[in-house]
Amino acid sequence: MKVLVAVKRVVDYNVKVRVKADNSGVDLANVKMSMNPFCEIAVEEAVRLKEKGVASEIVVVTIGPATAQEQLRTALALGADRAILVESSDELNSLAVAKLLKAVVDKEQPQLVIMGKQAIDSDNNQTGQMLGALTGFGQGTFASKVEVAGDKVNVTREIDGGLQTVALSLPAIVTTDLRLNEPRYASLPNIMKAKKKPLESVTPADLGVSTASTVKTLKVEAPATRSAGIKVKSVAELVEKLKNEAKVI
Amino acid sequence: MTILVIAEHTNAALAPATLNTVAAAAKIGGDIHVLVAGAACGPVAEAAGKIAGVAKVLVADDAAFAHQLPENVAPLIAELGKGYSHILAAATSNGKNILPRVAAALDVDQISEIIAVESADTFKRPIYAGNAIATVQSSAAVKVITVRSTGFDPVAAEGGSAAVEAVGGATDAGKSAFVGEELAKSDRPELTAAKIVVSGGRGMQNGDNFKHLYALADKLGAAVGASRAAVDAGFVPNDMQVGQTGKIVAPQLYIAVGISGAIQHLAGMKDSKVIVAINKDEEAPIFQVADYGLVADLFDAVPELEKLV
Repeated sequence: MKVLVAVKRVVDYNVKVRVKADNSGVDLANVKMSMNPFCEIAVEEAVRLKEKGVASEIVVVTIGPATAQEQLRTALALGADRAILVESSDELNSLAVAKLLKAVVDKEQPQLVIMGKQAIDSDNNQTGQMLGALTGFGQGTFASKVEVAGDKVNVTREIDGGLQTVALSLPAIVTTDLRLNEPRYASLPNIMKAKKKPLESVTPADLGVSTASTVKTLKVEAPATRSAGIKVKSVAELVEKLKNEAKVI
Repeated sequence: MTILVIAEHTNAALAPATLNTVAAAAKIGGDIHVLVAGAACGPVAEAAGKIAGVAKVLVADDAAFAHQLPENVAPLIAELGKGYSHILAAATSNGKNILPRVAAALDVDQISEIIAVESADTFKRPIYAGNAIATVQSSAAVKVITVRSTGFDPVAAEGGSAAVEAVGGATDAGKSAFVGEELAKSDRPELTAAKIVVSGGRGMQNGDNFKHLYALADKLGAAVGASRAAVDAGFVPNDMQVGQTGKIVAPQLYIAVGISGAIQHLAGMKDSKVIVAINKDEEAPIFQVADYGLVADLFDAVPELEKLV
């Protein structure tokens, strides 16, 4: 079974971003970039499926600038077999990304597509579901457990009230939640080997996809800040403040 | 201009998040219709008809919609939604699951988790775990939007008398089947609707120690939440997670116990009215957002707090 994993290059999750002075966006100059944490979980899940003999080939794809090759090499070092870069320096919305992924799905014909549930930069949580609509595949979003059985995949999902399990006909799309697995680190020999694995570069035009958007960002501002309050010395003082000053209990 | 709001419900009862979503629709302006897609969901349709400001309720009652499988529900919403100016759903796990599938079926972008309505086509939404707020404008014929409940005060659940109309449409797409679910049972208030939330982090050390927080919560009539660290460590189940990728809460009072305050956690609770932090590490970042900080061992402070409130 061929598995397609989609990953995104984002600002590292440890970086505290700053809004640009002209309110045009956040300042990403000289900021550490990494693979989106949910995408690392997606790569790990695919590698585990290959180790179990369920997956035969793992193709990793990203849509982004030329520098996103770094994240593809990381995925290759973790165990993906080959990589595709859909090169675009524009900041694309989820629908455009889903359309590009649909074109890659049409070409590669995977049985399973695994991707993160959301990117920690735009916090959209849309692309997997949109790809589901465009391909007609079933979707198992926010997955905490994935089991392939015959021509179906059972996905346990983290929902507001607890957990839900659905059975999807293959081909299907899975989006990962935090507790699906704990991603491994790439070993040095695997990082060296990854440099020799195939990496193909295409453009949205090659795929015949228009990336036009109906949404534009007018401005980006810093949120209202919360200032630190006071330190209380005892539980009794805390209760007194909550009752008489804040009046919340 | 007519807005379609997708009702959040359990087939037996309407979820409160629907009222916040209707409030966002009211800010946009225009007629508001509510779609109840479910199975044996008559009581929900009745409740939806009573929501203040709702003009019409559409009910799609079909076994295929019982578990809100997106493969079945999204085509229904996309078909019905074509004639509307906006389609709104709560940014719950269910709304997040279904609505992007609707947007792509309609070939429009979606705007996720709005926290404010600037005009009928312009909205504010948090990005980068709430470290920046984007103002976005949509030129889509149908604007597909999820609504963060904490950004909008709920409309009244009573006072309306909307007509209820049955609708049909897409049914079982045959791509997916519901297998089962494990839902947390609790007598405490629901996390996202509670006036007071008590949350525990890695400092709780184990799941058993959460009993201290449950005792305090029961005395305060509060819900109990947790940081990602506590959930990942297996202390408590995932539905208790507060943060960027868990639940977003904004209660009157948020008590963070043994939580260091990673930005991903702050993203889920920093709009709370009053924040209390109890942590033995006085350098913990949580103190930078807390109105009242208490540097103390939580195993001494929490039982004492329970006695005094």
